Amino acid sequence: MSAVRVLVGTKKGAFILTSDGSRTHWDVSGPHFPGWEVYHVKGSPIDPNRLYASQTSGWFGQVIQRSSDGGQTWEPAGSNGFMYDGVPGTHKWYDGTPHPWEFKRVWHLEPSLTNPDTVYAGVEDAALFCSTDAAQTWQELPGLRGHVSGPSWQPGAGGLCLHTILLDPRDANRMIIAISAAGAFRTDDAGKTWRAINRGLKSAGIPDPDAEVGHCVHHIAMHRSRPRALFMQKHWDVMRSNDAGESWQEVSGNLPTDFGFVIDVHAHEPNTIYVVPIKSDSEHYPPEGKLRVYRSRTGGDEWEALTNGLPQRDCYVNVLRDAMAIDSLDPCGVYFGTTGGQVYVSANAGDKWTAAVRDLPPVLSVEVQTLP
Amino acid sequence: MIHVVLPQHLRTLARVGREVALQVEGSATQRSVLDALEAQYPMLRGTIRDSATQQRRPLVRFFACEQDLSNEPPDAPLPDAVATGREPFLIVGAMAGG
Repeated sequence: MSAVRVLVGTKKGAFILTSDGSRTHWDVSGPHFPGWEVYHVKGSPIDPNRLYASQTSGWFGQVIQRSSDGGQTWEPAGSNGFMYDGVPGTHKWYDGTPHPWEFKRVWHLEPSLTNPDTVYAGVEDAALFCSTDAAQTWQELPGLRGHVSGPSWQPGAGGLCLHTILLDPRDANRMIIAISAAGAFRTDDAGKTWRAINRGLKSAGIPDPDAEVGHCVHHIAMHRSRPRALFMQKHWDVMRSNDAGESWQEVSGNLPTDFGFVIDVHAHEPNTIYVVPIKSDSEHYPPEGKLRVYRSRTGGDEWEALTNGLPQRDCYVNVLRDAMAIDSLDPCGVYFGTTGGQVYVSANAGDKWTAAVRDLPPVLSVEVQTLP
Repeated sequence: MIHVVLPQHLRTLARVGREVALQVEGSATQRSVLDALEAQYPMLRGTIRDSATQQRRPLVRFFACEQDLSNEPPDAPLPDAVATGREPFLIVGAMAGG
């Protein structure tokens, strides 16, 4: 019988939740790396026992951990070196003044689709790194930060973070990344050169609302079968692109608020997408104290609230940008974690929810692996 | 041998106990002790000193013989009691919330 493994990064360590395909009873292991912030844990799509974890601390910096047995044991990988290529230069600080590029942490790890020893890292201050030796050593792909707009990039409230990395399953040279608060960028030559892909985004919080860069993109999702269709949760606005980011259209439709962080795509229906609306940029909790996932079966615009099993009063948690994942069973499972420490699971594509675990530290990220 | 006391998080990371003993080449300074520590426990590289600048991380402190040595030059000799192994060199995570 198939099984699932849910990889949860929290403010105080990592946790691994496992269940058989029924997804009703959960074993919880952890905390792994107790006391450290674990921004992200993700497994190789071709070797599910190979996991990578970003372990970070305001005191002791960045560590990358690697597991070769599905998270039962871990080893620190390499010597924790994330060195910007060449002279790093400056980006803009919050007040608009030049500020030196300084490495702070790894927000997102994206293992290669073809080689378990190759993994990409999205970091703060925003840059893209790659390791081809299972995270022993890292090299920056400097073309991104060298984009002509690089010196103008400004941090969002969470820092100048590169948080989204999408690898195109049909084109090994194509990759899409997103940076808060610079926007989305695409490479078609394996990271050598990059183009800003933000046409159609409108952001009231920047001087030119439809500028080429400067947008606070919170997350982007793609379905493997239709990699040109992209779905974006921006600071405000849910957006859709049908042309790999060349242009974007707003699909917020009837959402109660179009602010939020997560967005993801159904495993088997590439036009079915999920978001968790959050009240506003100044009030990071669900509107009306009701935790609701919204599902659109039409690729946006028309949304239905999914509430069965979720708290519908007095709920004031947030769901952060990397804290939703979807398994590939049928029906697919949908998972999300909250800043209140709950990890909610739906084994039927969102129709009904249960908490796999309720009292973890604030959840930073959720990934899921579907196992044979 | 020079004895170095590590904070809890770094003991876990390096899979060692409270204190490690190091053979340090040449005179005992912050730099030579940390070089020896990182050579013996490579997973600690970047956790005490910034990987790029080799500067002490802002929330890491160095104590020995009831003195705060955090802001001493990295090549200044450590106290004799540390160099001769009678007193440990303490690497401490600065007190702050969390």
